[in-house]
Amino acid sequence: MCDTCGCNVTDGNRHLLEGDGKLAKTESGREAISVLQGLLTENDHIAAHNREHFGQHKVLALNLMSSPGSGKTRLLEETIGALGDELRVAVVEGDLETENDAQRIRDKGVPAVQITTGTACHLDAHMVHKALHDLNLDDIDILFIENVGNLVCPASFDLGQHRNVTLLSVTEGDDKPAKYPVMFRAADLMLISKSDLLAMLDDFSPENAERHLRELANQAPVHTLSARSGDGMQAWLDWLRREHTAMLDRIERGETLKPAIQPDGQLMHEAHAHIHRHTHGHSHD
Amino acid sequence: MHELAVCQGLMSQVEQIAAREQADCVTLIRLSIGPLSGVEAQLLEDAFPIAAAGTVAEGATLQIDQLGVRVRCLTCGEESDAKANRLLCGACGDYRTQLVSGDEMLLMSVELERRENA
Repeated sequence: MCDTCGCNVTDGNRHLLEGDGKLAKTESGREAISVLQGLLTENDHIAAHNREHFGQHKVLALNLMSSPGSGKTRLLEETIGALGDELRVAVVEGDLETENDAQRIRDKGVPAVQITTGTACHLDAHMVHKALHDLNLDDIDILFIENVGNLVCPASFDLGQHRNVTLLSVTEGDDKPAKYPVMFRAADLMLISKSDLLAMLDDFSPENAERHLRELANQAPVHTLSARSGDGMQAWLDWLRREHTAMLDRIERGETLKPAIQPDGQLMHEAHAHIHRHTHGHSHD
Repeated sequence: MHELAVCQGLMSQVEQIAAREQADCVTLIRLSIGPLSGVEAQLLEDAFPIAAAGTVAEGATLQIDQLGVRVRCLTCGEESDAKANRLLCGACGDYRTQLVSGDEMLLMSVELERRENA
């Protein structure tokens, strides 16, 4: 994010700044300092740092978000099995309590780090950064960050991921994107999960779910799948392969990628587009 | 309820600015928040006194400007108002729009006091 050049001044907020010059004295003699920074500058700084680590070690980082119980962990279990030795996977698990999900992933034979957030409703970049110290990034092709099950708070925190994958299970309403616009607007891929249950549910339409996503001006691909039956898994696995290859190509070109939408605003990043070149070469082991 | 975490991030930014400007206290903090930012203005206001306690901004006024949602159509080029969960072009109805404003979560300015000759 740029906090200095003024590219985050948009048509929507410009009027708030007018007449408010840097160090302008107010009537009371106090000094008004114009700042124009995102409220999550500190988080975003660590997120950028995480993203650099991923780039240096050629790791594709995906942030999985959804309601509790939409089948994130089950999807990962089946994905790990299906990818086999093709792509090396590791998982960072976020939950309020227990090591259960990390243990399920370890049982599949891949590294998993559990973050227990206590009462916090989301992962932030700092928590993920700490978890990275427990992983050998050189041995990983795809890192899944399974966020806390929550359709509200996780959407506001950049973790350093390259892509947001949002699950919507068919046992939820197909209008979830309309109810939780911030979350679904940020999705780079929407997976409609538990499709094997569709036959039993007459009130969930994948077409409606996609329409609600489009109404958020989101053109992300939508795949319907069932980790249990295996239906639709191929399209998801192909998406992973394509994203992994695309990430390696970007590294060749010296570029990195952020999710298409971060809550600080598309326009704030317009001057940089979505691709940022990194010159800052900090690393630590 | 992640607004406390957001507020704590805000406080560390404000403290850095106050230290840089050698201010004794912060009297006013102005934020600009859009409905697609994912934070609720009311919850930020509730969290603010907790996050500000014991900092240079304890007792400061938090002023939040809430912005509307506007989109620009990528198909017909028109700009229109929109609802947070319906970002369609108001002119032609296309969903291929770009947000002009509505997802801001910005620290706009702070007002500081410093003792003369401090």
